[in-house]
Formats: sequence, structure tokens, C-alpha cells
Amino acid sequence: MSTGRTGRILEALVARRRPLRNATLVVMALLVLVDLFKEPAYERFPWDGIGGFIAFYGFISCVLIIVVSKALGYAFLYRREDYYDDAPQGTGRNARGDDGDA
Amino acid sequence: MLEWIHPSLVLIVGALLLPFLEGRSRQIWQVALPGFVLLIILGLEPGQYGQLTLGTLELMPGRVDKLSLVFAYVFGLILVIGNIYALHVTDWIQHVAAMVYAAGALGVVFAGDLVTLYVFWELMVISSVWLIWQRQSGVSYQAGMRYLLVHAFGGMLLLAGLLAHYQSTGSIAFEAFEPEGWAFYLILVAFLINAAVPPLHAWLTDAYPEATVTGTVFLSALTTKTAVYTLVRGFPGTELLIWLGVVMALWGVVYAVLANDIRRLLAYHIVSQVGYMVAGVGMGTTLALSGTAAHAFTHILYKALLLMGAGAVLHMTGRSKLTELGGLYRWMPITFLLYMVGGLSISAFPLFSGFVSKTMIVEAAAVDYRAWVYLLLTMASAGTFLHTGLKLPYFTFLGKDSGLRPKEAPRNMLVAMGIAAAFCFLIGVFPGALYAILPNAVDYHAYTAGHLLKEMQLLLFTGLGFFLLLKHVGGEAKISVDTDWFYRRLGPLVVTRVRDAVVATDRAARREFLSAFHRAREAAIHARTSGRLAQSWPTGSMALWTALVLAAMVVFGVL
Repeated sequence: MSTGRTGRILEALVARRRPLRNATLVVMALLVLVDLFKEPAYERFPWDGIGGFIAFYGFISCVLIIVVSKALGYAFLYRREDYYDDAPQGTGRNARGDDGDA
Repeated sequence: MLEWIHPSLVLIVGALLLPFLEGRSRQIWQVALPGFVLLIILGLEPGQYGQLTLGTLELMPGRVDKLSLVFAYVFGLILVIGNIYALHVTDWIQHVAAMVYAAGALGVVFAGDLVTLYVFWELMVISSVWLIWQRQSGVSYQAGMRYLLVHAFGGMLLLAGLLAHYQSTGSIAFEAFEPEGWAFYLILVAFLINAAVPPLHAWLTDAYPEATVTGTVFLSALTTKTAVYTLVRGFPGTELLIWLGVVMALWGVVYAVLANDIRRLLAYHIVSQVGYMVAGVGMGTTLALSGTAAHAFTHILYKALLLMGAGAVLHMTGRSKLTELGGLYRWMPITFLLYMVGGLSISAFPLFSGFVSKTMIVEAAAVDYRAWVYLLLTMASAGTFLHTGLKLPYFTFLGKDSGLRPKEAPRNMLVAMGIAAAFCFLIGVFPGALYAILPNAVDYHAYTAGHLLKEMQLLLFTGLGFFLLLKHVGGEAKISVDTDWFYRRLGPLVVTRVRDAVVATDRAARREFLSAFHRAREAAIHARTSGRLAQSWPTGSMALWTALVLAAMVVFGVL
């Protein structure tokens, strides 16, 4: 039902998303394992010797970014979509600038 | 053969032909002209060209060195790509605006003196705004007007700054500024406005998503990156910029979480990515400055690619909100794949361009033992992958099917995206070619086991976080206020409040005066009609008044 060969290849990949996900999880575990047993490449920061630190930091960063941003959004920043559409009209009876008493 | 032809001049003169061309001949010229200009740029030799005297000022419109060339190359390249992307657009105003705008950007990077810099700086402003206005909606007109006002203000600061600089040093040469006096800060702030450094950044995220589909590609490439160039040239090693850059990198990331419009999300990531460059300028080491130039180069290409992908979606579906999109990968698979090349590049995936440039700036922070800068920039990297590599493509192309059945994007759009994607990939695989054109010799190797291991951990575990929180990261049909609130909402509110107060006071005063006048008139009428003034006076009082008047005349010596 899709258009073209590229679309069909992508559809086949999406249909196999479970095994793909599992493969990625295995790769992730391997990355951390290698990092645990490998000599650290750098000794510039205290955490350079901790295997898997960056994996942990990436995960925490991602969660923090989402949680903090959404919290800021709901607390201060979010407005309805037409928020800027109605220009402030002022409160005075004469806000439109007509200038007569009658 | 002329010794020196300014590429900007060729562009402007060539662009004047565009309104008179139609159909195929217009399309050919639209690619041939930028192609020719790119050839001129590629043929430039370092040196100083075109010196001329204006009164007592020695102008140098053509300073060509390795720093200006690396920016000029990528400007020329993106001009070709952007014009291919815009081939189907028949509106010549946009094409002329894009050419003149690029001419302004090239003029800035070749400007050896501040007067030339200022002239081209302003040329960029007045040409680029048409790329916003030509969307021809009420929203884009207003956004363009705000864009114009902010840049007019920035231009004013620049002019004031360069006058102060000339007065204190007697020189208009554009070199690194001495960190003293008004001139330093005026010029710095003017550059920071164009670099979209918070809180002076909202013009970008306000206007770029409202620009035309094809115009945004030029906008994203030129204004902020010329500002990065001027910062590298004028303010290397200004410590303050490190922290401004870090704030930028995270600011963009936070707002991208909240963004629902895909082009606004990408605009916030311009702020974020330029943050790395600004931080790089602030660190000022050879590695950091090389990283800045390299990242500007790769950023122009992958950000253009991302915006071209988002633009293709908007062009084909008429929609640009995550909440209204989804499941497009079946219908626009090539757009999706090309977008993903941009997404992996900006996220610094190995084999893609961001990996060889962004990591240079992060590495520069590490070798200087700047732990916080390193950690916060790394956090922003996670955020970049989260949004442009995961959130945007997931909710646009995958995710819940929106029921939209668009056709694949037009061929010229796909070709333009393909060229940009090819560069993103080639730079990622062969970074040596990019490093070779950088201003300083680069002793940096992106592809070490340590870098690969770290980067892959960072990105994949960011992905884990994304999929675990999938329910909470989708778009919401809301907008988020940013610092443009101050001039879009607070400013008008204050103005109307003040106006209302003035009107009310004025009206109260007039009412008071009128009622006083009214009372006096009533009294006069009453006096007249009651007949008291018309009564005849008794003779005695008449004699008394006469005596008083005569006495007064005697006293004052009149008689």
C-alpha cells in the first residue's frame, strides 16, 4: 500500500521492530561491558575511569531534559496556540482610540 | 582578467536578471549564477583586495584568509543547494532576496574593515526579511516586522560601536577587539543578537518557522553563521562567551521539548548548536576555534538538510505540527531517509558530519579541564539526539498514522536534500578534507576507540530514555512563551496601559474643566436673569464709590 521500493523496505523494517530493538539493547549492553573492562582512554576528569559513566549520564540527561522542560512548560511557559493572536486591547473604555465623550 | 571580483557584486548584479527570466531559463540561471559564484570563491587566493579610500577611511572590502574562506565555501555551497531546493518556486522576489542575502553574508566574511562589514550587515537584514514576508500570511508579516525591528536595533548598536571604536583607536580595521570601553560591548552585543544568544535570540525562533519553505533554508545558514564568523574574528577567548554558549546549547534543548511546530523545533536547535560555536569562541584555544569553524561548516549543511526535510513535509501536507503529523514514512520514504541523515549528523553519530566537528568543541573543553562546560555540552548533545534524531522523525514519519497520504516531495527538493546529505556523510567519513580547509592546522582525531565508545553510549542510552518516556515527549497543541514575550506581550500591554491612563487622565481633566466652565456659565446666566446686576443703585452708595475712587487717585498721585 505504500509508494515505491524504498517505502516497502522501510515497512519491512518497521514490521521487524521487535528484533531490531532487542539487537540494539544487546549492543548497548555490550558497549557498557566493553567500557567496564577497557582501559579508560582519558584521565582528565574523575569520572573518566568509571566504565559506563557516559551511558548512565546520557540516560539521566535525557530524562532530566524531558522532566525539567515539561515542568517549566506546565508551570510557566505553555500557552494556548492563539495566545498571541489577540493583541492586548487595554482596559480603558477608550482603548480603540476614539476620542469623543458622546 | 581582473585581479579581484567581489563575489557579492557578481551575485547582486546577476540576481537583477532574475525578474526578467521565466520558466526553464530562470531555473538555469538560478543554479548557474550560484555555481559561478562558488567557482569564484573556490578560486580565491588569500590576500587583500579592492582597497579603496572613502574620505579619510581606508576600506578593505576583500580580505581573504583561511578563516573567511572556510565560511565563504560553505555559503557558496548552500546557495547552490538552497536554489536547487527552490527551483519550483516562481516567486522571483524570494530568489532575488536569497541571492542578495547571500551576497551580504559573503560581504561580511570578506570585510576587512568595519564600514564594509556594516554595509553588508545591513544588506543582509533588508534582504533576508523578504524570505519571511513572502510567505504572505498575516503571521509571517508580523513575525517579519519583529525580525526587522530586532535587527535594526542590532545594526544601530553595531554602528554606535564602530563609531566608538573609530574614535578611541582611529582605526576601522576589523581585527580582534581590545576588551575595554563601550565599543567592545556595543559591537559584542550586536554580534550576539545575530548569533541568537539568549535572551536576544527570540527573533530567530519567532521568525524562521514563519518564513517560506525555501527561504528558511537560507535563513538558517547565513545570519547566525556570519555572526559566528564575526565573533571568531573579533572576540576569540572572551571568557563570558563560554557560559553564554552553554546556556544557549541548553536553552534550545529545553524549548525543543516544548515545541510542536517541527520547523520551530529545528529553529531552537539552531540556537542550541550555535551555542557550541559560541562556547568554542569563548574558549579561544586553537582546537576550540577550529572546532567552531568546522562545526559552523557542518551545521550549515545538516541544518539546511533538516529544514529542507521539514519543509518538504510542510510543502506536501500543508502541516507542520507534530500533533497533526505521523506515519508519513510510507508516503515520503526518501524524504524520511534524507532527513535522518541530517538527524544523525546533528546528533554527532559516528560516520556523520556532526561527529567530527561537535566533538572537537567538547574535546576542547575537556583538554582545558572545564568539567562543567564538558558535562553541560554533553547533556545538550543528548538533548539534540532526543529531539532532532528521535522526537521529530518519530512523531512525523512514524508513530500514530495521521491519515495523511502525501506524495513524495518534488524531485528538485530531493536532489537538493541528496546533495546536502552526501556532504554530511562524506565529511563524516573523510573529516580530513574539512580539517584541511580550517584556519589552523588540526591535530585531532575523531575516530578513536574512546570517542566512539563514549558517543555510542551517550546516544543509545539517550534513545532508551526517549522510548521509556515516549508517552510524554510527543507534541502538544500549545505554544511556549520565550523572551519575545517581552516585546510581543508585555511591551504592547505596557503601552496600552500607559495610553489608557493618559486617556483617562485627559478625559477626567477635560470633564473637570468643562463642568467648572458649565458652573460659571450657569452662575452668569443666573446673575443676568435674576436681575441683580440690572438693579438701580442707591445714590448713597454711588457717592461712597465716587469718594473712594477720588481718594485712591489722590493717594497714587494721579491728580
